[in-house]
Amino acid sequence: MAEHHLTLPLDEATVRGLGLGDTVYINGTFVTARDEAHIHALEKAEKGEPLPFDLDGAAVFHCGPIMRDLGDGRWEIVAAGPTTSSRMNNLEPQFLRTFNARAIIGKGGMSRPTVDTMQEVGAVYLAITGGAAVVAARGVSEVKGVHWLEMGMPEAMWVLEGDDFGPMTVAIDAHGNSLFEAIDADVERNLPSIKQKLGLD
Amino acid sequence: MIPDSQIEDVVVQMLRNAVTKLPHDVEDALVRAHATETDEVPRTQLKTILDNIAMAEDAVTPICQDTGVQIFFVKQGAVGTGDLVEAIGRGVARATGEVPLRPNTVHPMTRANHKDNRGVRMPYINIEPSAEPYLELTVMPKGAGSENMSQMAMLTPSQGIKGIKQFALDTLVRAGGKPCPPIIIGMGIGGSADISIHIAKEALLRPLGEHHPDPDIAALEKELYEALNEIGIGPMGLGGKTTLLGLAIEYAHCHTASLPVAINIQCWAARRCTARIHPDGRVEYPTHPGGA
Repeated sequence: MAEHHLTLPLDEATVRGLGLGDTVYINGTFVTARDEAHIHALEKAEKGEPLPFDLDGAAVFHCGPIMRDLGDGRWEIVAAGPTTSSRMNNLEPQFLRTFNARAIIGKGGMSRPTVDTMQEVGAVYLAITGGAAVVAARGVSEVKGVHWLEMGMPEAMWVLEGDDFGPMTVAIDAHGNSLFEAIDADVERNLPSIKQKLGLD
Repeated sequence: MIPDSQIEDVVVQMLRNAVTKLPHDVEDALVRAHATETDEVPRTQLKTILDNIAMAEDAVTPICQDTGVQIFFVKQGAVGTGDLVEAIGRGVARATGEVPLRPNTVHPMTRANHKDNRGVRMPYINIEPSAEPYLELTVMPKGAGSENMSQMAMLTPSQGIKGIKQFALDTLVRAGGKPCPPIIIGMGIGGSADISIHIAKEALLRPLGEHHPDPDIAALEKELYEALNEIGIGPMGLGGKTTLLGLAIEYAHCHTASLPVAINIQCWAARRCTARIHPDGRVEYPTHPGGA
């Protein structure tokens, strides 16, 4: 499986060229967004208001980091692992279509509507190891700013500079394939023997 | 009497210990899991986890950005204390700035962030009496990724042990890769609705590798652990041989017409720290003998 070191923003051809299971590192500016930032961004788009950060070709990280306030609007990143992406399942298809982001970074995978939307618009889901917040923070060279901090530190949109941020695994590609669905099928296959061992059925 | 100021200081140190360094039993289990996996994807996930643990310990920085909500278990031995609840709350607020912890507590409906990990009934403090000559505090910083996958069911007595096993299997499959596997399953069987959930969480405090003293319960723990670990969800839900690091059961007698069962799930970052404060002022940290 291939290894890619990509520079943001991403174009469609680059994203369509990524294979399931490939390893990806990103360089350049990207943002965090969880439940509240997804909702807030979509509300702004509905009102026709611009976002503080252009998401065209962007990578969006499902993450609520720990940041240390250095004063004067400067922040230091302490810990920044992924949050559970499935909480954004009902928001992501519209988010991807509205803002044209090309990569979603998170953990645990996303449901079929998001997989289908990624195929349709040309986007990928990059899985980064959950809980490995120090490894992830080492891939961020600078905290460039923060928007919507009034929503709280975890829910704000943080603007980060990636310096070979990763490693990440292409877990949903831009062609309708999901590693998580493949694992779900394995789980289904494993169930009968487990049930037998436990004396069920 | 143990002064409030000492309890506050100990709480700050406990939280620093808990979020920056895992207890040995958890780290050892992750090392064994890495050695067990043969495929590249799960090996990479576990290698990243082990690297991250080493880096966090080295830099005394939180292992995971989700430093959780703070759940305390207090064993009030034969020692005097002042305003224990307030002292623990102050320690949590100070640790939020000093460690630092992520400010996680929000109002459940307005979602306004309290900014210091306090709030109504937070930190949550369970107090039980003890005959020991010291005050024992245990903190479990509980992240939401795993907590959100918890389940509780009021089974009928006729569903019995099979119903309990099926419930465990269903809960694991539904959780999939979302709670950051490899996970630890805490099960509470019996009691009442609230008791089953409470003892499921208490089960997560038991060090990995220790079994319930009742041999029948210990046998059920082993049976479920071995069978469920063949599910194939694997580290981070990306497939592999290790889905569980452990499974612990606590039980309570229940009403003859009831069979409550609850599962509380713990992610691989199974953080906990215990401190014992003696009347002469000595403090021990049994989970973190070498310090943070």
